[in-house]
Amino acid sequence: MNPRYLRLGVLWLLLLTVPWWLPYVGGYTQLGTRVLVYALAAMGLNLLLGFTGGLSFGHAAYYGLGAYGVGLTLKYLAPSTPLALVIGTLVGGVAATLLGPTLMRRRGVYFAMITLAFGQLFYFIVVRWNNVTGGEDGLTGFQRQPLHFGGYVLPLHDVTFYYLVLFCFAIATAVMGIILRSPLGHTWVAIRENRRRAQFLGIPVERYVWASFAVSGFVTALAGGLNAMLNNFTSPLDLYWVLSGDFVIIAVLGGMRSFWGPLLGAIIYLVAQDYLSSITDNWQSFIGVIFILVVLLFPRGMLGMLRAKARSA
Amino acid sequence: MSLLQLKGISRSFGSLRALEGVSLEMSEGELRAVIGPNGAGKTTLFNMVTGLFPPSAGEVRFDGHDVTGESAERRTRQGIVRTFQITEVFPDLTVFENLRIGVETAQRANALPWMSRTRRAAVERRVDELLSITGLASKSERVVSELAHGDQRVVEVAIALSLAPKLLMLDEPTAGMGDEETDNMVGLIRKLHDEQKLSILFIEHDMDVVFGIAQRITVLDQGRVLAEGTPDEVASDRRVRAAYLGEAA
Repeated sequence: MNPRYLRLGVLWLLLLTVPWWLPYVGGYTQLGTRVLVYALAAMGLNLLLGFTGGLSFGHAAYYGLGAYGVGLTLKYLAPSTPLALVIGTLVGGVAATLLGPTLMRRRGVYFAMITLAFGQLFYFIVVRWNNVTGGEDGLTGFQRQPLHFGGYVLPLHDVTFYYLVLFCFAIATAVMGIILRSPLGHTWVAIRENRRRAQFLGIPVERYVWASFAVSGFVTALAGGLNAMLNNFTSPLDLYWVLSGDFVIIAVLGGMRSFWGPLLGAIIYLVAQDYLSSITDNWQSFIGVIFILVVLLFPRGMLGMLRAKARSA
Repeated sequence: MSLLQLKGISRSFGSLRALEGVSLEMSEGELRAVIGPNGAGKTTLFNMVTGLFPPSAGEVRFDGHDVTGESAERRTRQGIVRTFQITEVFPDLTVFENLRIGVETAQRANALPWMSRTRRAAVERRVDELLSITGLASKSERVVSELAHGDQRVVEVAIALSLAPKLLMLDEPTAGMGDEETDNMVGLIRKLHDEQKLSILFIEHDMDVVFGIAQRITVLDQGRVLAEGTPDEVASDRRVRAAYLGEAA
């Protein structure tokens, strides 16, 4: 059997059985859900970062817009989980799509700075727009709603909600996987590898950077929407640049050149956070040390390192 | 019919006049070399033809129409494809993946988020064809950055070929190569010209290469055309000998 399919099979089997085995290793289902949500956000970011070569320091904005899209839909529009997810994803994704043209010409640090600036712009809008968003206190008063399948009603408690998130995660990763294997994905990688060469192949590079930014924004917005449902709460911190930085750290930690790297990064990041924060308030300095060590020792991230080991073995 | 026509091209950078009233005509199927001392304006001439930046004055005509105002990307799509003095490839990808990008671009498939099995197979067939033309078949799965310099340059030529160019422009194709690598590249250029009937314009410093394969030679000196003709004509031109070959000898 093809080892790639074998590994994928093991991965999905593990993900499908999380509610059974996670408590035995000291975790709980909600931690698993959070890992999936962060992994999805970072994988979305990674389409841009790892596969197109554009560093965004403002992806929390699209994540947060997804979260507020979900929260506001549930609170004011209609008590429907699927509708709220669709609207949340659209709000964040469309925002990224509209902003794309203003950043697609920038490169390197300038690109990062503009993404950061737009991110902060949305943050301040949400903070100031008190009467709708709840301002700095965050948005409360909404609740994820049971799913209706014809006459059957599925309540979304911790475990069933995990499966809803896993379902969204599966669809999003399938879509991303297909794109990365397509000419569109090949074009993104070509731009990452050598922008000038790509340009001289006649590829309108900027348009493709835009496309990458947009798709990336949609995926990250979906993750943000799911997170709002997970907590039945969202706050301006979900759009704050610190969270954007966390997504970058997660992608780099796991390995931004690998498709599944951000999932590994999210596991390391959230497990470390969960465990360390119960011991010390300074848990972030430990994450910082881990991050520095990974960047110094394994520039291709944990998964990249494991892969290189497997190849040389 | 002339494939490429430059009419009175000038280009200055500040007070530096890189090109002054350069005219050049190249017919289809021709193998033409551009030579000249450092700073003669050879690479600037290439940049004018490929559209990296516009000329200060003059006109570039390609394949029967004026392309002077068109972007580099559009010119590439019309068939003007170049390689660079400093190798420009996709370093972390395999040779196969490098060529696949080119083939997919040639087929205008870049924007497709999905590709059918038959179309994918057609792309792969074309890549295999290019691999065999350029003699890279045995290195197809190698990552390009791990290849020898000479092979990387061949990869770059192969990427250019994948776009099915009407005019292939090579900027110092043998720069930095050893004898064996140079012979290999010369063989490839000759093969592309003879078998694929490609029109090729190349800049070169190695006079053995130039006089060995070029059908016609354009000599640039200080931004002007000093001489143009067959290798014999150029070799016997007094001004060329004085200004250039004399210096080199």
